[in-house]
Amino acid sequence: MFVTPGYAQETAPAEGGAHGEPVEDGAHAAAAEGGAHTEQAEGHGSFPPFDASTFPSQILWLAITFGLFYLFLKKVVLPRVGGILEDRSARISGDLDEAARMKAEADAAVAAYEQELAEAKAKANAIGQQANEASKAEAEAARKKVEESLGKKLAAAESQIATIKSNAMREVGSIAEETSAAIVQQLTGGKVDKAAVAAAVKSVRG
Amino acid sequence: MANDPIHQFQIAKWVPIEIGGLDLSFTNSAAFMVATVAVAGAFLFLTTSTRGLIPGRLQSISEMSYEFVASMLRDAAGSQGMKFFPLVFSLFMFVLVANLLGLFPYFFTVTSHIIVTFALALLVIGTVVVYGFMKHGFGFLKLFVPEGVPGILVPLVVLIEVISFLSRPISLSVRLFANMLAGHITLKVFAGFVVSLSAAGFVGVAGAVLPLAMTVAITALEVLVAFLQAYVFAVLTCMYLNDALHPGH
Repeated sequence: MFVTPGYAQETAPAEGGAHGEPVEDGAHAAAAEGGAHTEQAEGHGSFPPFDASTFPSQILWLAITFGLFYLFLKKVVLPRVGGILEDRSARISGDLDEAARMKAEADAAVAAYEQELAEAKAKANAIGQQANEASKAEAEAARKKVEESLGKKLAAAESQIATIKSNAMREVGSIAEETSAAIVQQLTGGKVDKAAVAAAVKSVRG
Repeated sequence: MANDPIHQFQIAKWVPIEIGGLDLSFTNSAAFMVATVAVAGAFLFLTTSTRGLIPGRLQSISEMSYEFVASMLRDAAGSQGMKFFPLVFSLFMFVLVANLLGLFPYFFTVTSHIIVTFALALLVIGTVVVYGFMKHGFGFLKLFVPEGVPGILVPLVVLIEVISFLSRPISLSVRLFANMLAGHITLKVFAGFVVSLSAAGFVGVAGAVLPLAMTVAITALEVLVAFLQAYVFAVLTCMYLNDALHPGH
């Protein structure tokens, strides 16, 4: 079945070529073709892939070569390539873990820093508050002192004013007595009773 | 012969070995299996040898392929499925590197032979069946009886499920094989057009530009297909393994 088309393909071009060529060459070509045919017919006799006489040798050598190839790949190459890929993925995941660890560390440092910052702020606030209160108290005390001394001075001044005033008032009485005695003496030209004048002045002053 | 698109799939015996009537010769196919394994193994081994914490470009490729397959398996089969990670990763790398190596001119494409892809598919299905019965005993057969199916339909559904399960290794292997085979044949045919057209003088050389452009475009497409088919093979492997781990859906 496969022999016929194979032969047809093979012989057709050869004959076609022979027609156009000189007779001698044609004969040569035909002879060569014939030789090839007989050789092929003897050696294989059919379309090569379906030539059963080559099967045992092909199967044997396929088994040998493929078997060795399989063993070589299984024992040497595949463990090696698998190892390379595994190493790489292990390395990558290791690096990722390391990065995650470092990130956690950095996060912790940031948190510690922020806590310290907050603590320092609170401390500063407290100190400020304390200082503020202390200065307030001091100022208050100073103010009180000043107020106190001022009050004392004021009281002293007031008492002084009062004595001056009373003295002045007392002198006002004697002046009025003397003045009125002088006036009366001028008017009457007589002797003036000092006691009467004093009583009169006193009654006027009330 | 040079323009024969099938020639690139020929098996050539490099070191003839015959044991017990079986032809076990070291062929170009075997040589490119060795090359595939050596290139993939050396790349993965050398790029990760520095075990850089910060990967270089090449180490990144190894790590990306590791994580790509690991997440594929985890999504499809859950974390229990990770015990099959070496198997799925080996399959993915083997198919991917074999496909990519096959794109070099004059290189043999290991995955363009049905027996190779079928052997890999059988390895997957064999693992699923063996592990399924080991883990769940006959409970593994629940795989063929979906829950919530009306009683009358059960025989029909079981029949369909069994057929679909049996066709898995075939579809898994044929998908990869056919993609690589068809891609390389297409590439060879278009590249052959370039050669045969440019032999026909000036007009032919001018006309050969078109298939050359196609060849470049298909090469780019084949790079995509090489990766895509390795991915599809690995994803389906994951899904089938999920059945072994959780047969009850």
